Amino acid sequence: MKFNRAEEIWLIVGVGILVLSMVITGYQGFAKSMGPPSGMETLDPEKVDEHELFSEPGVYQVGENKYEVVMTLSAFQFTPNNIEIPVGAEVEFIMTSKDVIHGFQVAGTNLNAMVTPGYIQRISKTFDEAGEFLVLCNEYCGIGHQIMGTTITVK
Amino acid sequence: MALAETKLGEKVNKALGVNPQDAKLTKTYLSLAFIVLLIGGTLGLLQGLNRAGLFNLPSWFGYYQTLTAHGILMILVFTTLFMIGYFYAAISHVLGGLIPITRKLGWIAFGSAVFGTVLVAATIIAGDASVMFTFYPPMQASPWFYIGLVFLVVGIWLAAFGVFINAWNWKKKHKGEHLPLLAYFAVGAFLLLFSASILVTVEVLTLIPWAFGWTETVNVMVSRTLFWGFGHTLVNVWYFTAVSAWYVAVPKLIGGKGFSDSLTRLVVILLVILNIPGGFHHQIIDPAITEGWKFAHVFMSLSIAFPSLMTAFAMFAVFEKVGRKNGGKGLLGWFKKLPWGDVRFLAPFIAMAAFIPGGAGGIAQTNHHLNQVVHNSLWVTGHFHFTLGLTVALTFFGIVYWLVPHLSGRVLTPKMNKIGIIQTVMWTVGMIFMAGAMHWVGLLGSPRRTSYSTYGDNATALGWEPYLFFLAIGGTLLMIAVILMVYIVFHLMFKAPKGNTEFPVAETDGTKNTPKWTQNWGIVVAMLIIILAMGYVMPLTEMIFNGPPGSPGFRTW
Ligand SMILES: [Cu+2]
Repeated sequence: MKFNRAEEIWLIVGVGILVLSMVITGYQGFAKSMGPPSGMETLDPEKVDEHELFSEPGVYQVGENKYEVVMTLSAFQFTPNNIEIPVGAEVEFIMTSKDVIHGFQVAGTNLNAMVTPGYIQRISKTFDEAGEFLVLCNEYCGIGHQIMGTTITVK
Repeated sequence: MALAETKLGEKVNKALGVNPQDAKLTKTYLSLAFIVLLIGGTLGLLQGLNRAGLFNLPSWFGYYQTLTAHGILMILVFTTLFMIGYFYAAISHVLGGLIPITRKLGWIAFGSAVFGTVLVAATIIAGDASVMFTFYPPMQASPWFYIGLVFLVVGIWLAAFGVFINAWNWKKKHKGEHLPLLAYFAVGAFLLLFSASILVTVEVLTLIPWAFGWTETVNVMVSRTLFWGFGHTLVNVWYFTAVSAWYVAVPKLIGGKGFSDSLTRLVVILLVILNIPGGFHHQIIDPAITEGWKFAHVFMSLSIAFPSLMTAFAMFAVFEKVGRKNGGKGLLGWFKKLPWGDVRFLAPFIAMAAFIPGGAGGIAQTNHHLNQVVHNSLWVTGHFHFTLGLTVALTFFGIVYWLVPHLSGRVLTPKMNKIGIIQTVMWTVGMIFMAGAMHWVGLLGSPRRTSYSTYGDNATALGWEPYLFFLAIGGTLLMIAVILMVYIVFHLMFKAPKGNTEFPVAETDGTKNTPKWTQNWGIVVAMLIIILAMGYVMPLTEMIFNGPPGSPGFRTW
């Protein structure tokens, strides 16, 4: 089993690029905590309404221009919807599903998380610019999946 | 000695030709595969037109039914049928005919797969299974949908056993010899498919009692994880099948020699052992899996690029030699001297070329933060239409031009070759339009698996419409190309002029430098199991023992 010289060089360069991409991903994920949403907190998916966090979904101010959006996803809506927040707000979305798997995606940003029953997903973003963002469900969830959307207005 | 062997094999095949019973089996598989392609393609077109807002689907067969059927028919049924048909013909050719038990298993596998497909299709048409080919619980389809899937998987298993038994039988009669390369590919591909399908079988067997109402709840994340352990690998099995033709058939068709035997076998082994634990890269933004495990799986998914890099090198090494032999001079002159007018070369060549951007896109979306931008957007749909639709399907089409006439005792005429080239170009252009538009609009945030929607005339969503229009144009071109392809297949099977078409198997440097351990499938299976366990045991244990209470079923369509 012998590689020839040119093939060796080709493979070393190729592997080098892959390793580099791994290192960048690892650095951003672990050192700069830009890792993907990976909620490990659980709850009973049939008792979401009784849960201390999700009994009252809504937008809560938790600090100086810091907000928490406690949100439930269900076929085919986001609760709360038509969210309004001030410019520069740092927002943490805390989400769970009341039925099937849904997705939470804010078009044009990297806010994107799968929201599954039984788990709490958290994802954060600082909204630096005013404008309206489209929020949509990006995991097929049933006959009304295409109407499952809302907006975040930053003003 | 290796040379003598090949010579002898060629003589035997010339004298006996293709075994008519084996030919019939493969022709049956391929016929159904292309009928499925026609149905699946039609459904794909209807969907593309609907998505672009150009066409309304009837209420009795809605977008999500169409999409579920399209996904299952294309990604599961067409590919499986083609793979089995192709590898059975390959085994019959390189191992001197199928042994009776394998042929029988091939037919039973066919029956099981067809029965399963009919059950699955019936539940979808009845509106009881609009759950996509991923069927994520707690969406709950009719139990018969899952039972249909079981029959499909059983079909795969029987076909796999047929291949293993035939190879084992050959080895017994040829002590100390290496399995012919193409049979080696077949064993590897079926081994991988078989191993991965165990994961989805476990999943489906927990879903059946739940769908019947015998159990109340199901563990959503365990199901999803088992599914992707399978789904991710499945895609790579089709790629694997395509690669076998690149190494073995394509060099011969263009008048060249195969690449190093030992390195080719190394590629096969790497594809088998490295594949399954890549599954988490479909779950990068899921809960229930820690960032550390996701990162480990990114590593696994990227390691698959290694054998692909080897393949890229091997192909260009083969092509360069042929080009130079044909009088190509200078650094790149050889490139022009390749047989571009021969569809048997053109189709797989475009397939390989498409894997360069296809693979690069795959690497991009595998990394965490990039994945977060595109996850579940149309980008992903574009990605796998590029890799499966171009790299895999176009290679399969390329195989048709010699495999079908070989089996039917006919020849590919220059006229059919020309139609084939038109088909190839249309398919390629259609796929570039469609997948290109999907990639672009996906980056802008347009979600996959979503019927036409403006989200209440939202400005962002309205901005996607021009791209979706390109998607529809691409889809239309693809549909014409599908019809052309189906015509070609059946023409070559029943109408083309009679004659002899050989099954192309390239000569290599032989097995004298091939290490003995490559014959030891025990080692390969052991490595596969170790890597699989490393990737899955801990995360699954966490999900099962520290997971939330299960979910009851929902029917949301
Ligand atoms: Cu949803």
